Amino acid sequence: MTENYFEVLRPGINTTFQDNGRKNFYHIGIPFSGAMDNRNFVIANAISNNKKNNPVIEFALQGPKLRFKGNKVYFNVTGDVNFQILRKNKIEEGVCYQNIILENNDCLDLISTNRSVYGYLSVNASFKIDFYLDSCSVNTKAEIGANNGKILEKNQIIKIENITKKYSLNKLDYINSKIENIRVIKGPHFDYFSKTAKELFFKEKFSVTKLTDRMGIRLDGPRIENIKNTNIKSEGLVKGTIQITADGNPIVMLSDHGTIGGYPKIGVVISADYDKLVQIPPGSKIKFKEINLKDAETIYKLYEMETQNLISKTK
Amino acid sequence: MIKNISNLGDAALYCDFGNDVNKEINSNVIQFFKNIQKSKIPGVINITPSYNKLIISFDLNITNFDKIKTEVEQLNFKNKISNVGKLIKIPVCCDNDFALDIKRLEKLLKLQKEEIYKKFFSKKYYCYMTGFVAGMPFLGDLDDSLYARRLDTPRVKVPKNSIGLTEQFCNIYTFESPGGWNIIGKTPLDIFDNKNNSSPNLINPGDTISFFQISKSEFEKKYD
Repeated sequence: MTENYFEVLRPGINTTFQDNGRKNFYHIGIPFSGAMDNRNFVIANAISNNKKNNPVIEFALQGPKLRFKGNKVYFNVTGDVNFQILRKNKIEEGVCYQNIILENNDCLDLISTNRSVYGYLSVNASFKIDFYLDSCSVNTKAEIGANNGKILEKNQIIKIENITKKYSLNKLDYINSKIENIRVIKGPHFDYFSKTAKELFFKEKFSVTKLTDRMGIRLDGPRIENIKNTNIKSEGLVKGTIQITADGNPIVMLSDHGTIGGYPKIGVVISADYDKLVQIPPGSKIKFKEINLKDAETIYKLYEMETQNLISKTK
Repeated sequence: MIKNISNLGDAALYCDFGNDVNKEINSNVIQFFKNIQKSKIPGVINITPSYNKLIISFDLNITNFDKIKTEVEQLNFKNKISNVGKLIKIPVCCDNDFALDIKRLEKLLKLQKEEIYKKFFSKKYYCYMTGFVAGMPFLGDLDDSLYARRLDTPRVKVPKNSIGLTEQFCNIYTFESPGGWNIIGKTPLDIFDNKNNSSPNLINPGDTISFFQISKSEFEKKYD
């Protein structure tokens, strides 16, 4: 039997194995993790005709360059990604949201994401990787998950097994719309801030700084003045929580966030806007828009219906 | 009954037990935590107890705020799980190589290091919560003569397994990480074991910890 595997020629900036994350471990300090942009993760698996929660390779800004060795495998890339397939005698421009074949010695070069952050690589097969607490998701901070909890390294081998035969070669029509307005529900410490600060928070633009990763986004903008206390007794966090640090700048908690935090929570990003929020690259500006719980729930239902609709189009 | 429940975003419950930090309030939080964990309410994906709050996050595809709030409020605690945790003994080596801030504490607290250690090792500590990073326990309360503020400039790298003090609390750094607590020693035990795939953390919220002092040679033996 032929062995099928990828050789990592270039690891990319922050390339990890991810699935839909770990549940029920916040109380011992282990965050959810999982693919940052859940919609693009589930679509990648749907196109590969994989199980919903099959591990994928997530990359940020610059992706990996991989050489395929073996018989053949189909793959697809989701997100807004610029990539090429380097075959024996030609270079082929990659198209996202479509199954593409890789044969022995073909190289897949995931060059970069366009005005976005995360991209996903799925194969119609499984990667031979370890699971930790029911998930392959790599959390580099706790050093857990596949690949010993580490990002991909140059020259390592990724074994591929259980290649399936059922797949479609149709392209899924999907465009990753970009957003600037992030909808937010007010947090439990909203009244820790001055009247002016509260107005500024929902009126002014904030820049996404370079200090942004899978743990969180640090924003820069007008100082949000705290009139009560810049610290609270540490308490639990959820992804999307916006804390205001002592210097008056917001930080948004993302999938690998610390489970407990001691800064006041001014608000929480609604679930429906999370996938789009994580895709906003450093240097961009965002604006927060206040919304109530009922509207947020309705918007999430619509967002989820849209995702399911996209999945059904891949069949 | 939890009296004060509000929403934290659209996919979590924020249960408020007040603003004080003490064992009585926290025991109540942990009792609710254990009972909610056992009741297996559909859609609950994470429950985070802390000093005086309990945050319950849920899957918006399965349930919603109103539903979960009602379910939590109506939980029948007839067969209450007790909130009594385990007693765990933790060895600590206070050799000068590990007690990075003992000199600072001697000055700040106006105590000799022998007195500091005597007071520290003579008490049992209660685990209020575990988290921030994987497995890190927040323990208390210290003897009030040991209350010290954080370092003015946090250390860039606190060695893994260091024991730190600040205000009335004590913690154990489960990973090498930045931090500003006053370091008084180091344990050879792995408080978070990332190779253990079933119960990786040694200390859970509600557990009681007693520390005991070991020599450097005992510390080194335990590392082999």
